[in-house]
Amino acid sequence: MTNTSQPDAQHKAPSRLAQFWGSDIMWKFRHSPVAIVAFIFTALLVLSAVFAPLVAPHNPFDPASLNLLNGFTPPMEPNAFTGDAFLLGTDDQGRDVFSTILYGMRVSLFVGFAAVSLGLILGVSLGLVAGYFGGIVDAIIMRVADVQLTFPSILVAMLIFGIAKGVTPPEYRDEMAIWVLIIAIGLSDWVQFARVVRGATLVEVRKEYVQAARLIGRSSRSIIFGHILRNVLSPVLVIATISLALAIIAEATLSFLGVGAPPTQPSLGTLIRIGQQYLFSGEWWILLFPAATLLLLALSVNLLGDWLRDALNPKLK
Amino acid sequence: MVLLIVGFVAFSMFNFVGDPIDNLLGQERTLEDVERLRAQLGLDKPFFVQYWAFISNAMEGNFGMSYRQGRPVAEIIAERAPATLELALVSAVFALVLGVMLGIFTAIKRDGFIANFIMTTSLVGVSLPTFLIGILLIYIFSVELGWLPSFGRGEVVDIGFWSTGFLTSSGRLSLILPAITLGLFQMTLIMRLVRSEMLEVLRQDYIRFARARGLSEKSINFRHALKNTLVPVITVTGLQLGSIIAFAIITETVFQWPGVGLLFINAVQFVDIPVMAAYLMLISVMFVTINLLVDILYVAIDPRLRS
Amino acid sequence: MTLLDIKNLSVDFPSRDKIFKAVSNASLTVQAGEIHGLVGESGAGKSTIGAAIMGLIERPGYISGGEITFKEELTSGLDADAMRELRGKKISMIFQDPLTSLNPLLTVGDQLIETIQTHLGFNKKQALARAHELLVRVGIHDADARLDQYPHQFSGGMRQRVVIALALCSEPDVIVADEPTTALDVAVQAQILELIRDLTIERQVGVILITHDMGVIADTTDRVTVMYMGEVVETGTTEEIMGRPQHEYTKSLISAVPRPQIKLRRFSQVSYGGRDTRFAIEELVRNWPQSNNDPNKPLLSVSNITKKFPLARSIIPSRSTWLTAVDDVSFDIMPGEVFGVVGESGSGKSTVARMISGLYQLNGGQVTFDGNIVSDPSDKEAQARFRREIQMIFQDPYSSLNPRMRVADIIAEPIRHHKTMSGSDVKYRVHELLEQVGLGAAVEKKYPHEFSGGQRQRISIARALATQPRFLICDEPTSALDVSIQAQILNILKDLQEHLGLTMLFISHDLPVVRQMCDRVAVMQKGKVLELQDTESLFANPKTNYTRELLDLMPHLKGLSEEGLEVL
Repeated sequence: MTNTSQPDAQHKAPSRLAQFWGSDIMWKFRHSPVAIVAFIFTALLVLSAVFAPLVAPHNPFDPASLNLLNGFTPPMEPNAFTGDAFLLGTDDQGRDVFSTILYGMRVSLFVGFAAVSLGLILGVSLGLVAGYFGGIVDAIIMRVADVQLTFPSILVAMLIFGIAKGVTPPEYRDEMAIWVLIIAIGLSDWVQFARVVRGATLVEVRKEYVQAARLIGRSSRSIIFGHILRNVLSPVLVIATISLALAIIAEATLSFLGVGAPPTQPSLGTLIRIGQQYLFSGEWWILLFPAATLLLLALSVNLLGDWLRDALNPKLK
Repeated sequence: MVLLIVGFVAFSMFNFVGDPIDNLLGQERTLEDVERLRAQLGLDKPFFVQYWAFISNAMEGNFGMSYRQGRPVAEIIAERAPATLELALVSAVFALVLGVMLGIFTAIKRDGFIANFIMTTSLVGVSLPTFLIGILLIYIFSVELGWLPSFGRGEVVDIGFWSTGFLTSSGRLSLILPAITLGLFQMTLIMRLVRSEMLEVLRQDYIRFARARGLSEKSINFRHALKNTLVPVITVTGLQLGSIIAFAIITETVFQWPGVGLLFINAVQFVDIPVMAAYLMLISVMFVTINLLVDILYVAIDPRLRS
Repeated sequence: MTLLDIKNLSVDFPSRDKIFKAVSNASLTVQAGEIHGLVGESGAGKSTIGAAIMGLIERPGYISGGEITFKEELTSGLDADAMRELRGKKISMIFQDPLTSLNPLLTVGDQLIETIQTHLGFNKKQALARAHELLVRVGIHDADARLDQYPHQFSGGMRQRVVIALALCSEPDVIVADEPTTALDVAVQAQILELIRDLTIERQVGVILITHDMGVIADTTDRVTVMYMGEVVETGTTEEIMGRPQHEYTKSLISAVPRPQIKLRRFSQVSYGGRDTRFAIEELVRNWPQSNNDPNKPLLSVSNITKKFPLARSIIPSRSTWLTAVDDVSFDIMPGEVFGVVGESGSGKSTVARMISGLYQLNGGQVTFDGNIVSDPSDKEAQARFRREIQMIFQDPYSSLNPRMRVADIIAEPIRHHKTMSGSDVKYRVHELLEQVGLGAAVEKKYPHEFSGGQRQRISIARALATQPRFLICDEPTSALDVSIQAQILNILKDLQEHLGLTMLFISHDLPVVRQMCDRVAVMQKGKVLELQDTESLFANPKTNYTRELLDLMPHLKGLSEEGLEVL
């Protein structure tokens, strides 16, 4: 029997970073070209949106930099009047399409992340509570979830948007629009999180480690947040990723329908709405580039989510 | 139950979102006018009496007057409903048939080249917002090729209270693009769901046992696995098909399809609460019906629910 | 006649960074009319051999060497169609879990008729007649009515009979039975094994019986092959192998089997292959507080406890239906005693454990510990004090440790909760405990999935000992473990009782294990205690018919080598 309290130097645990890099999930990631490409695209798009003011050649919302004569310049061609050339062309007001896309993506991603965070926090907490306590609490939460689930999230979002529009005074509507949008999309997708977390919690609660913690005398709160939460996180991660793609699409759809982001803060959806008007007259670039960006963004995030789901599913090896 | 809750939400909208009196009478009004209208609409009664009146009116199909058009909501909806229902029906059939078939195919040939190609393409389908699909289809088939109409229902034939586009060739042609647009997203979802459920079922012991007994692959896939796959698929598919009606809002906007979805989006833009509330009630009636059908189908398929 | 001849079979499962050899160089033969047992602990590769015979090895596994010959015809390497022809027609399989091996949506008759028609080319009427005949043969008497029923309308044992009938549909020459009785209660298990025995002789089929249960091997098989880590270590007649094992592994395995007839002081050395059996009981004793129990007063008393679970809730309380899981149970446990509770599944034995530990609230009666009532949920102080004094070891080492927590945090949780020590002392104590249970302090940063089942159960024991309790509840602590690991864990528990004077409540369905462990035993059935006796007199003179039946159903294990056992 050797002295007890000194861990063997040889057995020293590798650093956290090395551990993470060597973990199964990272191994799977390094061996999945699709996941790597999707990740690179997602990262590229997110970064260029975040740093839009640095990346974009123009600030499309600065009236000083706009020249109406530059309107409808096709991509990569000098304008007939001013001689200015734009990478992806300009829209009706002479704004650089490339720059509007970067700024538009900023709005889209901000709304997407914020809405998913809202839905996640709400859904995960309610799901944990419902799954852990069961009984009447569970019945009420899940009943509400079921009723909401019978309505497609886009409809719920539209309703919330409609109600909010009814209660806010007209002069604040534009300012509030983004926040209303976030709340509308966030409230419309908490159900997904709640259902999955509740299901996972029901499984975890029956496991003996929860009983062991109860036996020690731990409170319900510390069991829920100290023990169960960390075991239900991997499906949450998958849903969060897929929800992000859905939220971006939902935001674009609402904005496209004219019930989303205001013209003063155009998102990708707003840009597509504007571009659609010029589709028939031949100015295809005003529509095509924002649409392609939206598709690329949603597709990358979806691919990432899809891969994550398979990689985290213990049943598929 | 669902209906009562939805009714409650719809009614609360009525009650709290802006004073309906303001909306109905406009700026020039006298106090007497307000009082008279209040009594006429029953707004002076207690909350639950009003709620009950709203529900019983709704049962009789009376949803009040549209703020914007000044006509009874029920009348407007009845006029618009056939367009939406026909569109939804066609795209539901399209989504269901193709979705289930492709789902089975990709599950059975899970590592085949075609199956993998379909799966990857389906992710593109999920990532494409419905309105983009619509615009894309319009651009290709209407603007570039000029084969199909890009908006409206074409000519319709009135049969009693129902106006149908099925009976004219322009009506049928007009239906194609919107139906594909509306059904595509649902189809990819159904396909992916069928696939993952079927793969799950194919891993079960009773499938391995069926293999071990030497049953043919055909019987294992279509007799043993498919039936078990359908049990979980039915619920979700039912909901998905139900949501087609709601998703029709987007399609109808893109194609200027004169259905209830277009009506609703206009109502949201102009805060026309009675129309929104009525639409909501209508949708929930649809869902309750679909849920009922799903439950019946469930029992028909699964013997464990019969005892 | 040799039906099946396996020569030098190897099966590989390639994974991330290495190739896992599930089976390497295994050879065995099966004769007509005999049951050939394939025994080994988990991971020995016995089920993989079964799958290889059927051609059902799951991807990415593949046969990397050797051959399987069926009636002098090579089968390994056949293409899928030829394999299907052979499979089911000449070789059938019986799976472990009858709950999942029947298609829930088709009637039993449909499944039988389809299989019969596939193989025998009968018309519908002939197939129906044959299905009827088969059901009667496997002991399902009201076959006419049963044919139209769905699997969920059958009990577990009946389903396994249906599974056997399905395996017989094609009149096979060889049947591979993979743990066919593991999921069943003892009484049903005996009947199913008897049915397999009878059919083997009557139809002159060769049966490969894959099992981890030495009792099943000793009582049912004619020949046996012992496997360890993918390799065959020994093969021969059951009598030879069980009575005069030659290989060290077989010897250690046999010596670890709990015997129903004799009581051992402790299990003899069970450490084949350098598996860690170290447990530093002396170290533990040094720091353990001296117990000041009054040896003449019970440490724990249970009086008239009752627990009901709602089956169907109704708004009107009187219309709800209830299941009485524990019905008016009373007993005393003396200090330093190991008190056993035995019964079949559903007898209420685990519920009793959970009621005592406070995980379930009582619907009646009370629990007294050291003279204080501890079952009153409103008396928080008494409950908190009680919680420091009792600990529990759970059945499933895979679910009793939080998979996302490090070992050190798992063991430290009870100490931190009860705030009995300061931070650095906690760390020191955790290291000490890890050394004492034989895992070493270096593992503190690891997560539970990095350990084997036996090692996890040691972590559980370390957690249970962390607050130095006086009373330990063991709920089927070894029923999920391999037999040699079970012996190690039981030895540890014996040490704890002997050297630390720990009082234990030992819940089990396994009578031979109970005989080895307990001083007194209560037999439970349907929520009631049927009888309570000293262990030795219970085994010698059971007072009730039920206990006698249970004792009769124990594996006899006659002719099992007793080499190296320390009999008491």
